Amino acid sequence: MTAAVAREAGRSRKRRPDAWKIGAYAALLGLGAVYLLPLLWMIATSLKTGPQAITSPPTLVPSPFVWENYPRALSEINFPQALRNSLLYAVPAVVGSVLSCSVVAYGFARINWPGRDVLFVILLATMMLPGQVTFIPLYVIYAKLGWVGTFLPLVVPTFLGNPFFIFLLRQFFRGIPEELSSAARIDGASERQILLRIILPLSVPALITVALFTFIDKWGDFFGPIIYLNNPDLYPLSVAIQTFQSSHKTDWPLSMAASVVISAPLVVLYFLAQRKFIEGITLTGIKG
Amino acid sequence: MSAVAPVRLRRRLTPGTRRNLVAGLLFISPWLVGFVAFYLYPALASLYYSFTDFKILEAPRWIGLDNYARLGSDPLFWKSLGNTLYLAVFGLPLSVLSALAIALLLNVKGIRGISIFRTIFYLPVVVPTVAVAILWIWLLNPQYGLVNQILGFVGLPQPKWFFDADWTKPGIILMTVWGVGDVVVIYLGALQGVSRDLYDAADVDGAGRFGKIRHVTIPMISPAILFNLITGAIAIFQYFTQAYVISEGTTSRGSGAIGGLQNSLLFYGLHLYNNAFRYFRLGYASALAWILLLVILAFTVLMLWASRRRVYYASDR
Repeated sequence: MTAAVAREAGRSRKRRPDAWKIGAYAALLGLGAVYLLPLLWMIATSLKTGPQAITSPPTLVPSPFVWENYPRALSEINFPQALRNSLLYAVPAVVGSVLSCSVVAYGFARINWPGRDVLFVILLATMMLPGQVTFIPLYVIYAKLGWVGTFLPLVVPTFLGNPFFIFLLRQFFRGIPEELSSAARIDGASERQILLRIILPLSVPALITVALFTFIDKWGDFFGPIIYLNNPDLYPLSVAIQTFQSSHKTDWPLSMAASVVISAPLVVLYFLAQRKFIEGITLTGIKG
Repeated sequence: MSAVAPVRLRRRLTPGTRRNLVAGLLFISPWLVGFVAFYLYPALASLYYSFTDFKILEAPRWIGLDNYARLGSDPLFWKSLGNTLYLAVFGLPLSVLSALAIALLLNVKGIRGISIFRTIFYLPVVVPTVAVAILWIWLLNPQYGLVNQILGFVGLPQPKWFFDADWTKPGIILMTVWGVGDVVVIYLGALQGVSRDLYDAADVDGAGRFGKIRHVTIPMISPAILFNLITGAIAIFQYFTQAYVISEGTTSRGSGAIGGLQNSLLFYGLHLYNNAFRYFRLGYASALAWILLLVILAFTVLMLWASRRRVYYASDR
């Protein structure tokens, strides 16, 4: 009743030209331009000659377009090798993360067993543990195992679950009606069969979110590679590009071309799967 | 819990429950292994290392509290703590507020094209950290960077940013504010969960736009604000990659340690890294790590305690 009256009031207010809406649009357009400009600047610089990049006043459109910057930047960072290394890190990590997190999340979400909730709280608590607390002992272990200088320290942990993604998948699995599981159990299905035949096929969107976030995280990771790889021949794109920039501090067109190269795959992924990103962030953010 | 608990538990368990227990533990076993190998053991080992003199090649030698005692007289410890607090005090509120402002603008009734704007604000988050840092070294180049060109054009002073120790951290903050897209998305999600009825009720009470934001919107999304403050602070205490790339990209390294111009970018995470992997003082670095953990825990508890009357949780009703 009161809500209806209020809605009426809202409607009559809307008929007037809405200064708020116009103001909000103006602010959003201005802010949007400010947020977009650095990325346009990155692309523009990547296509300029050195002298052109530092002209004043600056121009946004390169003339001429120096496409040769890209092949030059790619050969400077030894692109085939760096790309191979990035993929050798990110692809197994995606596989490991999706596999391990879905299995573990199933155990937390769809089976009732004593002690489950205590362990889940411990799992959540580990998210609070800063990586700095664990990386020195881990380095010592990896060094003893002879893993330093290989991809193993970066990839193996992804096969043993990630608390953040386990949490995300658990939330998703719990939303699937329990009746589906109990019906399958009556038919004699094992938990493994229920996970494979019922839960996973219904959870493809969440699994894609986990795969995307893992890929983005590992593709851009810098700390892990500089600590554990210890060998320039194994450095992924992130480290290769940083190394190039710090040794060519004034070659802005090539630095920007290299930056475009490392960013482009993620930007494309983002445009292909925008909703997955938003859902993933929202799901984890609000619950926190 | 006590050692007898499992025994008593087993006696009381029905066969069905026991089957579930075995199945549950089997399913979570990858995480259990990971928990012991990557969290529990390393955390305890680092606590132990923090009481030792430990240089990777020799066995750790017990020195009691010496590492912790040395913190007080390590000028770089205080420098890094100060730099980190600078980001937390000036950068964090600015990031959280600008993200909130953007989200509120996107949430104004009747605004179209939300998804386009959301894409624009989120894109910087998609760009890998290394590329973001390199881009901002260029954008904030004192002579030719876009930012100073624009500042010069409108007649404002042009700081030397990463080439002036007083301006390196404001430069970092600018870069951070550009990257708040994920926080914006979290706020948007929370804002969309605020019931229309509450706004309608506020209309009946004669609340204006700001009144509604203050008395309806902010309280309703306060859990998201608290979440962003806590996760933002934790991220600042661990700030590393951007500072590393900018230090290396703007100074020529002499000593081997990384910290930017006059150590103005020596954040806590970088100081820890320098001690572990540049000076090979693993014991001292472990002490730094445990201080970091305690600071993060204390901060989180403090935030949760301070906000307990200011944050509204729907389940409290």
